[in-house]
Amino acid sequence: MNLHGVKAIYLFEMARTWRTLMQSIASPVISTSLYFVVFGSAIGSRMVEIDGISYGAFIIPGLIMLMLLNESISNASFGIYMPKFTGTIYEVLSAPISPLEIVAGYVGAAASKSIILGLLILATSRLFVDFSIARPFAMIGFLALTAVTFSLFGFIIGVWADGFEKLQIIPMMIVTPLTFLGGTFYSVNMLPPVWQTVTLFNPVVYLVSGFRWSFYGVADVHVAVSLGMTLVFMLVCVGLITWIFKTGYRLRT
Amino acid sequence: MSDIIAIDGLSKTYESGFTALRDVNLHIRKGEIFALLGPNGAGKTTLISIVCGIVNPGPGTVLVDGCDIRRDYRAARSRIGLVPQELSTDAFETVWATVNFSRGLFGKPADPAYVEKVLRDLSLWDKRKDKIMALSGGMKRRVMIAKALAHEPAILFLDEPTAGVDVELRRDMWNLVRGLRERGVTIILTTHYIEEAEEMADRVGVISGGEIILVEHTRTLMEKLGRKELRLQLAAPLEAIPAGLSDLNLVLEGDGHELVYGFDARHDQADVAGLLRRLGEQGIEFRDLRTRESSLEDIFVDLVHNRRTGD
Ligand SMILES: Nc1ncnc2c1ncn2[C@@H]1O[C@H](COP(=O)(O)OP(=O)(O)O)[C@@H](O)[C@H]1O
Ligand SMILES: [Mg+2]
Repeated sequence: MNLHGVKAIYLFEMARTWRTLMQSIASPVISTSLYFVVFGSAIGSRMVEIDGISYGAFIIPGLIMLMLLNESISNASFGIYMPKFTGTIYEVLSAPISPLEIVAGYVGAAASKSIILGLLILATSRLFVDFSIARPFAMIGFLALTAVTFSLFGFIIGVWADGFEKLQIIPMMIVTPLTFLGGTFYSVNMLPPVWQTVTLFNPVVYLVSGFRWSFYGVADVHVAVSLGMTLVFMLVCVGLITWIFKTGYRLRT
Repeated sequence: MSDIIAIDGLSKTYESGFTALRDVNLHIRKGEIFALLGPNGAGKTTLISIVCGIVNPGPGTVLVDGCDIRRDYRAARSRIGLVPQELSTDAFETVWATVNFSRGLFGKPADPAYVEKVLRDLSLWDKRKDKIMALSGGMKRRVMIAKALAHEPAILFLDEPTAGVDVELRRDMWNLVRGLRERGVTIILTTHYIEEAEEMADRVGVISGGEIILVEHTRTLMEKLGRKELRLQLAAPLEAIPAGLSDLNLVLEGDGHELVYGFDARHDQADVAGLLRRLGEQGIEFRDLRTRESSLEDIFVDLVHNRRTGD
């Protein structure tokens, strides 16, 4: 085990976060807070309750998920893309460090940052909206699991991308639409039956549903299904990363 | 075992289908300075990158201090420091942070005293708090050397270390290399500047078209293949080589004003004395003389040329 190596990568990545504090922490917190102000306090007060929860409180888990997915993906993808882009990746590739350790360093740092952000936003939202968390440990569990899973996904995108456009295209074209259509702003039960079925193909539904369950005990799909789907996606990512390192795909020629 | 690197039967074909290395066999001895010499595109960087773990190896085996680079990659890589050909550094980190990062990455616990020494040796100590992007190109290259040395490697690879480097850095680098060698570090450098190999290396390997053409002690190579030339400025021009000297390898140049005597360096120096005596017997006088030795450059051009023409 090369724990010094894992630590070096982890601290290097975290240093990048602290160095760009405004951009990496302040900006997501502020932009998510705007949602709370608009949808939670302003419009939310005129909306009916969903599943017995005020609209402002209802959307909080989904909004945190939205931010969590985007931040995890963009952080982890940027973290591995940059050294590829600047050429400094040579050092990581020539180091006595295993693929698992490399991933632990990069993904661990990206996920840590997402979790910190998630908790910050949660605390901020409490300033605007009144809510309570029924199962705090489950909430932390979902937060961490999602952060790790989507940081793994981001790592894959960062390895795959060979240009800055590609780095942004998946979060922008796929993840953001899926999050908006994934039950962040409404309950799946409010949709016509056909769309309810279609929605079940959207993986984000399971994330939001499970996360919301940890807050309010209500869910669009059973919490075990949410957990299962998240784990499945995580395993798919782990499988892909294993393949990447086995073949050297876009890392070693 | 005195071979610190043992490469046997190594080939490499890139995904594009281009074969960059063909059946390379190369053994590097512990503690030597080895120069890998070859024209652009010969496969030098490919070879180094495979040993260091940056490029996937093709068929063949590579052992680093007895450790297989595939099966035992941790042990193999922890012994190696690499200064790559391309100048690629982080931008926003400080010199101090980036060098310590390298040490950690290679699995070594922090050792500020050692890192300080490395930075001082490379005249980087005053710059340790500077961000890398604020440094000049030469300073950045020093940082890359410091990073390569941060984990106290037993083997140092320098890929084209002096390409585009100023005189001062070049001098510092060679001093550093000599110092490292005294401490037992094995150094492998690639270059297409012959003088560098000639000046620095204990042994030279010539690579061309992905094949190792020869490996030889620098001095032996010079003696074996180097040619010497004796040029005599004649007091009076000659029309032709006198019949009595036709058994010698003589050429007239400069409208008969200059007599050129070419001989293999391995031949007896007495030949020169013999020539001069025989010239005296023939009544040929000369005003001046100078000798010239062929450099590795000439040897190298010959080798590669012969190879191409299938000689
Ligand atoms: N990733 C790659 N894919 C295909 N061909 C490559 C790749 N890298 C290098 N080559 C080719 O392999 C040959 C050897 O390159 P290189 O090892 O860099 O040579 P050198 O360092 O001796 O100049 C060159 O012809 C180069 O174009
Ligand atoms: Mg090269």
